[in-house]
Amino acid sequence: MSNRDELALMAHLMRRAGFGATQEELEQRVAKGYEATVEELVSPGEDQPSGNMALLLRYHPGSLLPGGVPVMGQANWMYNMVTTERPLEEKMALFWHHVFATGNSKVDNCDQMLEQIDMFRQYGMGSYKDMLIEISRNPAMIFWLDNNENHRDAVNENWGRELLELFSMGVSNYTEVDVREASRAFTGWTLGNKVPRLPYGRFSWSFEYREEDHDNTDKTFLGYTGNFGGEDIIDIILKEPATSRFICRHLYNFFVADEPQVPAWTIEPARDEEALEAMIDVFEESNYNMQAVLRFVLNSDFFKNARFEKIKSPAEVVAGTLRMVGQFQFPEPGIKDIGNQPTYMGQALMDPPSVEGWHTGSEWINSGSLLARINFVADRVADTTLPGVKSIVDKMKGDGISSSEQLLDACLDNMGYLVLNDETRDHLSQHAALAGNVDWSDESTTSERIGEMLALISATTEYQFA
Amino acid sequence: MTSTKKDPVIVVLQLTGGNDYFNTVIPYNESLYYDNRPALAIPQEEMLKIDSSLAFNPAMAPVKELYDAGKVAVLHGIGYPDSPRSHFRSMDIWHTCEPDKVGTEGWAGRVTRELDPNKENVLTAINFGHGLPRALAVPGVPVAAIADLGTYGLLTGISDNSQRAKALDIFSKMYSPTVGGSFVTDYLKNTGMDAMVGADIVKVAPEKYSSTVEYPNSSIAQHLRDIAQVYFADLGTRVFYTQHASFDTHAGQGPAHPQLWKDVSEGISAFFQDLEEHDAGDNVIMYLFSEFGRRVHDNGSGTDHGAAGVSFVIGNQVKGGMYGEYPSAKAEDLEQGDLVPNYDFRGAYSSIIEDWIGLDANPIVNGNFEKMSLFK
Repeated sequence: MSNRDELALMAHLMRRAGFGATQEELEQRVAKGYEATVEELVSPGEDQPSGNMALLLRYHPGSLLPGGVPVMGQANWMYNMVTTERPLEEKMALFWHHVFATGNSKVDNCDQMLEQIDMFRQYGMGSYKDMLIEISRNPAMIFWLDNNENHRDAVNENWGRELLELFSMGVSNYTEVDVREASRAFTGWTLGNKVPRLPYGRFSWSFEYREEDHDNTDKTFLGYTGNFGGEDIIDIILKEPATSRFICRHLYNFFVADEPQVPAWTIEPARDEEALEAMIDVFEESNYNMQAVLRFVLNSDFFKNARFEKIKSPAEVVAGTLRMVGQFQFPEPGIKDIGNQPTYMGQALMDPPSVEGWHTGSEWINSGSLLARINFVADRVADTTLPGVKSIVDKMKGDGISSSEQLLDACLDNMGYLVLNDETRDHLSQHAALAGNVDWSDESTTSERIGEMLALISATTEYQFA
Repeated sequence: MTSTKKDPVIVVLQLTGGNDYFNTVIPYNESLYYDNRPALAIPQEEMLKIDSSLAFNPAMAPVKELYDAGKVAVLHGIGYPDSPRSHFRSMDIWHTCEPDKVGTEGWAGRVTRELDPNKENVLTAINFGHGLPRALAVPGVPVAAIADLGTYGLLTGISDNSQRAKALDIFSKMYSPTVGGSFVTDYLKNTGMDAMVGADIVKVAPEKYSSTVEYPNSSIAQHLRDIAQVYFADLGTRVFYTQHASFDTHAGQGPAHPQLWKDVSEGISAFFQDLEEHDAGDNVIMYLFSEFGRRVHDNGSGTDHGAAGVSFVIGNQVKGGMYGEYPSAKAEDLEQGDLVPNYDFRGAYSSIIEDWIGLDANPIVNGNFEKMSLFK
């Protein structure tokens, strides 16, 4: 592989397993090697910090404990995505948020939402069984799906149903009776200290198991009968082949290539059945270990060959752009606005439209969201005062870029080794040629010219893919 | 301003999350209502009584006013057989009219395709909100999505006009259709072109708008105001779509459900006042629906997913009144504790599509369903 090919592959890995990387970072990682980079991503060291929350607190107290200000909570998460040195851990937090979609529209307590996201960071690459237990005990989730209203004598099926339909097995793999029985097993799993938030501000919530409110009689769930509690239900769920298939398909859709939307999975075949089966084998053999299946996927040929086969999610668009242009590496003023940006593109973080999460792939795109994506990226990459854009210009100068074609190629490489189709390339190439060769004696004009080209590239259809 | 608009227009207002039918239109003489709602029954003295058997939720006073003026049709017991009680599946079914498989085309998108088969107007259908509901999604049919009318446009960051014109020119070249592109790339290109053209046209709407009607600050009222602005600007839009959420009141329904209806009712009221002020009410109807009703018996603080629900059709040309029968709430008549739908939602769509919009409903809703005579 040529050095350029290695850089392009590394750019692919970092887009998918993180939120993109600058040229400088790509070069360092290529020097370290692909498999070594995967290993570092799946098991980040103690010396690799996630977002510096103490620093964020010092400059924006409201984004660490946002209470009732959702956009500050969203800014907190975006700051983590932009600054973390544990990019796959953060990406997995986003993955689990897509799967266990919990919304502040109802929870109305951003502190608890951030606590849930932090739990995803902590358990996201470990055992899926542990994750299911943690999410069953997670206060924001309990409140979101009303398990605090699920009582021994008044069963509320919301959590029990979604656990089966959306969090583990997928629809049509269980009956209405199973929903009921699973719900009964989770009676008594509730919240402690759910104090009304006024006038004292928001109290932190905690998990509480109330034995006296738990249905202590036999349940029959998926053919098994016993006096089951919630953990028993999770154990039975994990025995079902539908479960590993469902989670692996989610992983494939999130990391490899766009699949149809979740409700179609019982009807539409997998995009790459062979890859999916291989993932399922690794997942089951590792006793449902997320790290093992991630390592397998990221090192696989089907992953390496799936470049630009996914439409970027809004969070990826925003975090990837900010990393590229070097904005918000420090909690500078204006951080509140970056919390809003994914919302404008159709992905309000920590506030999905429903417990089903977002419809992904081409459903991210409509005329409104496409405008928001293009405008956001174009505005930033055209701003040559931003450190990341400035270093792109400096590198081109150092490399002695001289022809308009070289300028276009260098811009594409800096936008993630983007590959354009022939027509798009012709239009941009003709436009670049109009201004002739690159004139480094007039650096400010040349900078602007590069910024304009980056902006036009950001407006291409090709750039919408990761 | 005198209206010259002749073409019938529909505004769809989706009540996302599953609206509680039982506490929206209340069968107040039924003891079963009080028996089943120990935590959530609304006291009779607070209800807005419509007739000798039914009452509106207390938060629906503005809707009651429109009802009393003969402008609201209430469609009882609406739904479809074998409700899966899943939000997503159920919403998909309402959106695509496909109860047995996952549909790829939304009914409102199909209406749009019939209204504008040659795609002459990228603004024939507009969703007001982030993202696009599946009801409007049909491959190849342009639908604009406007989160905020005031800031809608492409490459708006380029302040120099001639530079922006050049950028838009390259954009339109890059997004022009090519042979042999993938489905997704073609979709992106079409969407990009439609967005550019639509944004250019729709920017006149807020500039032309003036009104004395004050809309409340709720998100639904603001969306309805944006809809009024675009409608008054006469841009040929025939299908307006927006939604309000979340009606998924498993818990805390006591305060939550009335607040939702307060926001919706006040928004609707302002919208229709605005139409009257602009003498533009005769060509517009509004259709309200939710993906299902909720369980008959409350769970102590809220209600779980149910089946049969209620829809509303509102407008000057609507024959107001009650349509269909309230499903029986007797224990032996319930299915899994839910009211059983007795009117297929595809019949309501058919009534609107044929009798209001003037299109053949069968290919849009995938079959023939019993219509109601809803319009004057």
